[in-house]
Amino acid sequence: MGGTVKPGYVRGLDLKRGHIDLSHGSGGRAMAQLIEQMFVRAFDNEWLRQGNDSACLPAPTGRIVMATDSHVVSPLFFPGGDIGCLSVHGTINDVAMSGARPLYLCASFILEEGFPLGDLQRIVDSMAHAAREAGVPIVTGDTKVVEQGKGDGVFITTTGLGVVPEDVRVAGDRARPGDAIVLSGPIGDHGVAIMSLRENLSFTTSISSDTAALHGLVAAILQVAPGIHCLRDPTRGGVATTLNEIATQSGVGMVLRESAIPVRSEVAAACELLGLDPLYVANEGKLVCICPAEDAVAVLSAMHAHPLGQGAAIIGEVVEDARCFVQMETGFGGRRMVDWLSGEQLPRIC
Amino acid sequence: MKYIDEFRDGKLARGLAQAIRAEAKPERRYNFMEFCGGHTHAISRYGIEGLLPPNLLMIHGPGCPVCVLPIGRVDSAIDLALHRDVTLCTYGDVMRVPASGQMSLMKAKARGADVRMVYSTLDALRIARDEPGREVVFFAIGFETTTPPTAVAIKQAHAQGLANFSVFCNHVLTPAAIANILESPEVRKLGTVPLDGFVGPAHVSTVIGSQPYEFFAEEYQKPVVIAGFEPLDVMQAILMLVRQVNEGRAEVENEFSRAVTPEGNEKAKALVAEVFELRRSFEWRGLGEVPYSALRIKEAYRAFDAEIRFDLGYHAVADAKGCECGAILRGVKRPEDCKLFGTVCTPENPIGSCMVSSEGACAAHYTYGRFDDRAARKAG
Repeated sequence: MGGTVKPGYVRGLDLKRGHIDLSHGSGGRAMAQLIEQMFVRAFDNEWLRQGNDSACLPAPTGRIVMATDSHVVSPLFFPGGDIGCLSVHGTINDVAMSGARPLYLCASFILEEGFPLGDLQRIVDSMAHAAREAGVPIVTGDTKVVEQGKGDGVFITTTGLGVVPEDVRVAGDRARPGDAIVLSGPIGDHGVAIMSLRENLSFTTSISSDTAALHGLVAAILQVAPGIHCLRDPTRGGVATTLNEIATQSGVGMVLRESAIPVRSEVAAACELLGLDPLYVANEGKLVCICPAEDAVAVLSAMHAHPLGQGAAIIGEVVEDARCFVQMETGFGGRRMVDWLSGEQLPRIC
Repeated sequence: MKYIDEFRDGKLARGLAQAIRAEAKPERRYNFMEFCGGHTHAISRYGIEGLLPPNLLMIHGPGCPVCVLPIGRVDSAIDLALHRDVTLCTYGDVMRVPASGQMSLMKAKARGADVRMVYSTLDALRIARDEPGREVVFFAIGFETTTPPTAVAIKQAHAQGLANFSVFCNHVLTPAAIANILESPEVRKLGTVPLDGFVGPAHVSTVIGSQPYEFFAEEYQKPVVIAGFEPLDVMQAILMLVRQVNEGRAEVENEFSRAVTPEGNEKAKALVAEVFELRRSFEWRGLGEVPYSALRIKEAYRAFDAEIRFDLGYHAVADAKGCECGAILRGVKRPEDCKLFGTVCTPENPIGSCMVSSEGACAAHYTYGRFDDRAARKAG
């Protein structure tokens, strides 16, 4: 009696040879250790350090924006990024596309039994780096483990909170005939980078994913043109799908000029080979801005002055069309529709 | 892109469009059929119809591999995958072809069938090698372009003794289909499909050469211009057809001389002849039973014939009620003439096969051309 209780010896996480096992999701010591040594260490901030199940945050003034995004990308690591930074950028961008300044993120992990701890650390470090670079802390989160074969390594869901400046009114239903359509840079990089690694499509490419947090770019263009009508990041389904969404929401048509749409020649070549249209290929670091025509030049200049908007271009305009069709003047001199993506983009067979 | 951009040059296109407008006589009509879905796609995607004069009409032919695949054949493939414990490998577009009972291979996959999309026949062979415990069937479809790779797979399976690999062969032949269209009552007697000439297929002709078309030019007095798939190729071919019609010629001309020779690819033809033989008859969606229009696996390679291995019978199945795919594939109707077009039949929910592949006439018009029904008015 009266002796001191020795703290139990806890072996550190074996990042070289260790794997996720079911105990890492059990709520016991192993999970606490994973959270402490992996997540809190990497994401480190005052809210996480408190060790609560939730983060207690000061209430911001103004309109609050909330967005969530699940990430299931395969492969987990790709040229230009990985699922970690992608999950941070994706949600920051969803928040930013409402014109908001992103403030906080939360992250939820579904890990598959057997997943190497070393890979998890790479992913978590990449998330931490992306969050720090963006200035948006990951303040709370959750971890679950599923049996082998019931997941695909790692799924990450992130949720973001942001606040919209007082004079900003950005929404998908605000496009008006006469508005200009501005694209922040060349399209298709992310999709082609991923596809180059997929299954039996082994071809080598110098293309890297464009994954990036766009809230800085959004702030820069809102500063010169607070009256921007719509902002959206053309991720899955590409620019074509994004513009169709906005056209339908706003009840307008659009006319694009194919020759004005920036596409890297490597991306164009890969798409040609695979039978894909770059307009439908995913991006993770580009945005489409629809603004009054008189603001177009200012928006374009602000984009060109920002590192993430170097390749920006005005690609078309909003027109009156009750059918909400997106049309395009082809580089060839004809005209065609740019329709919604149907199904997956499957390569042609002959 | 070098060697691509040159064939999509807008300035040259405008020059060709001007030449076509100048040379097409205003007092007559020009009705040309592009046989191949690759051309249908190029015409729609680059907005070529908008560059043509109002008295020149392009009719979309049946050269789209998944469009002509009859429902009964897709049903057999679904049955193999769903009920016979087979790993069924096929090309991407085939997955969405509508079959009986609102099924498709994609829906069968969602119900647990082992259906895998491959990019090459050799991928299917690899799956058979890697999974020796599984029966692996390659669902082979397509025209002369996709036939040689299937022959290669069968020969390799034979050489490697791959007992768990077989091919469900549905390869069809271009010249037989063209002959069938020219022999159809609509073209021959009724005149509902006035055909003044053909844009001949590009890739098919790299294999079979330009010679097989001589018969059509001679026997039916229809000019044929074999053309590449780039938009300038198509424009050039249309101009060449206009000139033939104006001069009263009916010849086989080769616009795609950078890849097509009169004899074609002798090696590929020999390979196909070694592995395949003609079927007496084969059902085409839209055209019905067409004699000697498809291939089956020869006796020497029958061990790799899935129809024999799994004792697959054939049951013809009628198209969905109201579906005009048949008339559209024969050039009798246009997509917008079909009541289902754009209403219950869309690329998301195709009722007919022409709405499935981007090479199908309906899908191409829905995706690229719907904004302007000028083409429909011209046809009327």
